[in-house]
Amino acid sequence: MITRIDTRFAELKKQGRAAFVTYVMAGDPDPATSLEIVKALSKSGSDVIELGIPFTDPMADGPSIQAAGLRALKVGMTLKKTLDLVRDFRKDDNLTPLVLMGYYNPIYIYGVDKFLADAKTSGVDGLIIVDLPPEEDDELCIPALRAGLNFIRLATPTTDDKRLPAVLANTSGFVYYVSIAGITGAAAADANVVGEAVARIKRHTKLPICVGFGIRTPEAARAIAEKADGSVVGTALVDALKNSLDAEGRATAKTVNAVAELTAALAQGVKGAQQAAE
Amino acid sequence: MNIAKPNSYRSGPDDRGHFGNFGGRFVAETLMPLILDLEKAYTAAKADPAFQGAMNGYLKNYVGRPSPLYFAERLTEHLGGAKIYLKREELNHTGSHKVNNVLGQIMLARRMGKKRIIAETGAGQHGVATATLCARFGLECVVYMGAVDVERQQPNVIRMEMLGAKVVPVQSGTRTLKDAMNEALRDWVTNVHNTFYCIGTVAGPHPYPTLVRDFQSIIGNETKTQMQEIEGRLPDSLVACIGGGSNAMGLFHPFLDDPSVEIFGVEAAGHGLTQLHAASIAGGRPGVLHGNRTYLLMDADGQIQDAHSISAGLDYPGIGPEHSWLHEVGRVNYLSATDDEALAAFQLLSKLEGIIPALEPAHAIAKVMELAPKRPRDHLMVVNLSGRGDKDVPQVGDILRGKSK
Ligand SMILES: Cc1ncc(COP(=O)(O)O)c(C=O)c1O
Repeated sequence: MITRIDTRFAELKKQGRAAFVTYVMAGDPDPATSLEIVKALSKSGSDVIELGIPFTDPMADGPSIQAAGLRALKVGMTLKKTLDLVRDFRKDDNLTPLVLMGYYNPIYIYGVDKFLADAKTSGVDGLIIVDLPPEEDDELCIPALRAGLNFIRLATPTTDDKRLPAVLANTSGFVYYVSIAGITGAAAADANVVGEAVARIKRHTKLPICVGFGIRTPEAARAIAEKADGSVVGTALVDALKNSLDAEGRATAKTVNAVAELTAALAQGVKGAQQAAE
Repeated sequence: MNIAKPNSYRSGPDDRGHFGNFGGRFVAETLMPLILDLEKAYTAAKADPAFQGAMNGYLKNYVGRPSPLYFAERLTEHLGGAKIYLKREELNHTGSHKVNNVLGQIMLARRMGKKRIIAETGAGQHGVATATLCARFGLECVVYMGAVDVERQQPNVIRMEMLGAKVVPVQSGTRTLKDAMNEALRDWVTNVHNTFYCIGTVAGPHPYPTLVRDFQSIIGNETKTQMQEIEGRLPDSLVACIGGGSNAMGLFHPFLDDPSVEIFGVEAAGHGLTQLHAASIAGGRPGVLHGNRTYLLMDADGQIQDAHSISAGLDYPGIGPEHSWLHEVGRVNYLSATDDEALAAFQLLSKLEGIIPALEPAHAIAKVMELAPKRPRDHLMVVNLSGRGDKDVPQVGDILRGKSK
């Protein structure tokens, strides 16, 4: 099985540069604007898009992403509408890999088999489900792989060499290295420390390794892209979106552009990075 | 539904932490290594006579155990049926059953070399117990509490602060217990290297539901011995209230394999089961939250719904996974009591027995008022009086004065 994710990382490798991965919340601040934002991400230089599934109780997320989820839920966003958004995005973009990121309960309630079938036909390429460690692989990871979707796992500073093989066993697409023990939107990790961690994980896998949590600026994205196969930016984009809203939390004429401009600047940063020779 | 009856109701969970379809370990990768360490440390501690011996010492001389099993003669006369016994967990140091579990977890934390303890609390009883044992053992203590609960449980907030704990009011979500638990999990993910998360009930990722149950089982084990001494036989029925379900699990577990014992868990029906309530089994379905699969209150899209109960300690949209399983296999009967029924029971027990209960066990008493009159006079009924009402005096006082105006 070769997915859009595999194809994209193969291309980037040929170009000799790291991936720029973006995260936004589906339906934030409303479904129509959210679709325009996702389109703008790919046009402004995002190589891979992560789309958050809104959830009431995002226990590994910080205040910014938590608030984004609540904004989306308030305007009636659901998992089904998240899949609709992906389907609409696919109408004019058949190349940019799209990964859904979120928590297990909405998927469990939707029904795992139905969800996987609908996700596949909508044009989803992979899943990152924060609260499904390898110990619970039977729930969704194994069925997702069978359905032809990548299951991307988080590795963290607490994942030691002994545990890494279990974490990597059923991972595909790429590995998401969480650079700090903490929630989204927290302080950034030192690029050199991240470099050592990436090198350590590389001894266990051939998969690309993207690094996220705490990256906010083109400079930081670039520093990480020099050490890893991709830089992931989420909270900074969600904050840019939020700062463009009116007092009632609704989209304004500035909203899509605010996200697009930051995306372009960050993409510039990543594209300027020299990747370490392997 | 056709669910096979197990040979024993007491053997769970399996080695992956499952009670039937419930339980498990649904947490972020950052926490997994720690949860596996905790499981190892707990298994070793359980087998270590020195650990057990030290715990028994503190249970006796610091907590004040065994707690009495008291024959509530006037309540029995008033209801005119079953002989009602109260298991007096409200006489424990700190005023509730929560201290049994906290003592165990703090001793485990010490064994694991952790110096910083975090906890979540609803009514504040778990927070007070945690703050107390952290003071006793010189550990740093941070307690997360929903901002709404900080308001309605002021006496306990003051107590925690006096004991040296830092109380963090949680402003996110519904600003009650579920959000306090989210916030505690966020803290834990961030400070995983030096921090021990002391969970207040039989919920969360494996091994928490098991270890909290084991620490609370002292309630049921003492009840068994005491009932033998007083009446020379087993009780006929057990009744306990359920927030997450730890005081109930502690009383029930030692009796699960005694088929003659009827068992009742009482959830909070709030304004009524068709309105705002906190009865996860009566009004919810299986889902995944806070590290385990269990019955939860949620909407059609799997979003967690607001719970409501007059009692902050029962105001949680979930229930421990072992209860979900005991419900599905039919071993325990889950009932519910409304805010008004609990208030009536609160007043009845205060006036008849001179015992002001917490609002949480008042829910159990409310169902005793229904069940006891229908049982014969030789029926022995044990109610877990999980906590005393000091913390609720200002809140109930306001409600009663408002009503009498
Ligand atoms: C006195 C008392 N009883 C019961 C409960 C409910 O918890 P659980 O169901 O875990 O016993 C609480 C929780 O705060 C409590 O304070």
